Amino acid sequence: MELITKPGLSNCEKKNRSLIVAENRHRRVDVEKLIEKTLLLSAAVFVLIIALITIFIFAKGLPLFSKIGLGDFLFSNQWNPTKGFFGIGTMFIGTLLVTMGAMLWSVPIGLSSAIFMAEIAPPRIGKTLGQLVNLLAGIPSVVYGFVGLIVIVPFIRESFGGNGMSLLAGAIILGIMILPTIINISRDSLLAVPNDYKSSSLALGATHFQTIRYVIVPAARSGIITSVVLGMGRAIGETMAVVMVTGNSAMIPTSILAPIRTMTSNIVLEMGYASGDHQTALFATGMVLFLLIVGLNLIINRLAKAGTDDGRG
Amino acid sequence: MEKVYKMQSRNLQVFYQNFQALQGINMDIEENKVTALIGPSGCGKSTFLRSLNRLNELIEGTTTKGQVYLDRQAVYTNEVNVVELRKSVGMVFQKPSVFPMSIYENVAYGPRIHGITKKNRLDDIVEKSLKSANLWKEVSNRLNSPAARLSGGQQQRLVIARVLAVDPEVILMDEPASALDPISTARLEELIAELKSNYSIVIVTHNMQQAARISDYTGFFLNGDLVEFNNTADIFVNPRDKRTEDYITGRFG
Repeated sequence: MELITKPGLSNCEKKNRSLIVAENRHRRVDVEKLIEKTLLLSAAVFVLIIALITIFIFAKGLPLFSKIGLGDFLFSNQWNPTKGFFGIGTMFIGTLLVTMGAMLWSVPIGLSSAIFMAEIAPPRIGKTLGQLVNLLAGIPSVVYGFVGLIVIVPFIRESFGGNGMSLLAGAIILGIMILPTIINISRDSLLAVPNDYKSSSLALGATHFQTIRYVIVPAARSGIITSVVLGMGRAIGETMAVVMVTGNSAMIPTSILAPIRTMTSNIVLEMGYASGDHQTALFATGMVLFLLIVGLNLIINRLAKAGTDDGRG
Repeated sequence: MEKVYKMQSRNLQVFYQNFQALQGINMDIEENKVTALIGPSGCGKSTFLRSLNRLNELIEGTTTKGQVYLDRQAVYTNEVNVVELRKSVGMVFQKPSVFPMSIYENVAYGPRIHGITKKNRLDDIVEKSLKSANLWKEVSNRLNSPAARLSGGQQQRLVIARVLAVDPEVILMDEPASALDPISTARLEELIAELKSNYSIVIVTHNMQQAARISDYTGFFLNGDLVEFNNTADIFVNPRDKRTEDYITGRFG
């Protein structure tokens, strides 16, 4: 019925109706603006927080360099706060070694697992494994440290000697902790490779392995490298588990069984009683960590850009 | 002159889990001719095409019954080396799927995985393949630039060059022009006509005019059945089956 009456509407009615529509639209625009403003405000708050943290760390840490040269701070191995020696060289090397040790075994294993889950395992099993990896990522680091202390440290002590609290124990625990990062991001980037690449390669007579090796992995390259760099960032920043298993002596390790102290460990172990220059030196250590992570993120951004260029494999 | 059949299918049936996609197809594909497969979407054309080089096997839950022959040799047996089969029966897909590598590397990929490593051998193959695919003139001065920077039509010809580089005998094409503009399509059709003298070509197309223009034989698929298979001229001018006539005159599909 309505359809039939519509053409019969008087001019006046038509006008009224269009007015109402316009008003509604007006109100809708107001709401949208409000939402946009709220979102903008949230973003501003988070930028402000980051800015404040950055300023705070630098404000607290930079004054150290009026007393000690940057070179001495970074490269001297003398860390003796009571006598005024603030050289984080040993800790820097400790962080470097334990991170490298962790990467050394977790990158190949993580990448192989990702390839298995994305390409070889039946989809159902791949999915189950993925959930398992997420579980691994959700375990708090103190639990990893505890397991390391109860299982890995005694194991190293009994099989290789020393007291077990060591670079090796740290590298093992850290490696386990960054595996989820490496596996998840690599797997996602492998799964994101267009299926056409795979079919085309197989249709050219390539074997499944050749296809993975020469087409799929190169196509996922930027994502894989991102996963490695992110894992590295996580390893550098990890504190609790490392404090629990590495022994924490501020010495250059002479073997993988020797104890080490990382930069993060140094901060957490001494912040409780540090004051004056000592506290400033710990903040300066935080600055170094901060800059390292920023550097790694810049590398990731670069890679992401290189990835969109469809560059050469 | 007696006809030489490059590929044949006999009672070919393909199942995806419980769904039967092909209902026993018998088809003879003549050497150095273009065979077009037409029909509505989801009626088995692509399935048939992909069963000729055993690419259907990649889809989990696929079973194939019946037989396909390449030069009278059975394709579906345990002894057949799938790698060798796919070298002989190349395939071009709907979307131009160039690998994220340089133009050169895309073409060299096939020969490389089949064991050719000498630089000058590869150079020769790349040049020859690109020339056969009518792409050489356009890209010879930038072989090392990323293939993704080429236009859609160029990419599809690059894909054909990549197939030619492994020296196939049969080329399967699954709607190769559906993502291309009319000019690129025309160039592709020209190329297909040229390739015919050296290769046997099977092409799936939704474009009936295209089938009429480029093919020697046409098969009409409907619901997993090969309704009619004949000379292209006969199919389009004088279809024997009512359903074929309805389809090509645009009454359904």
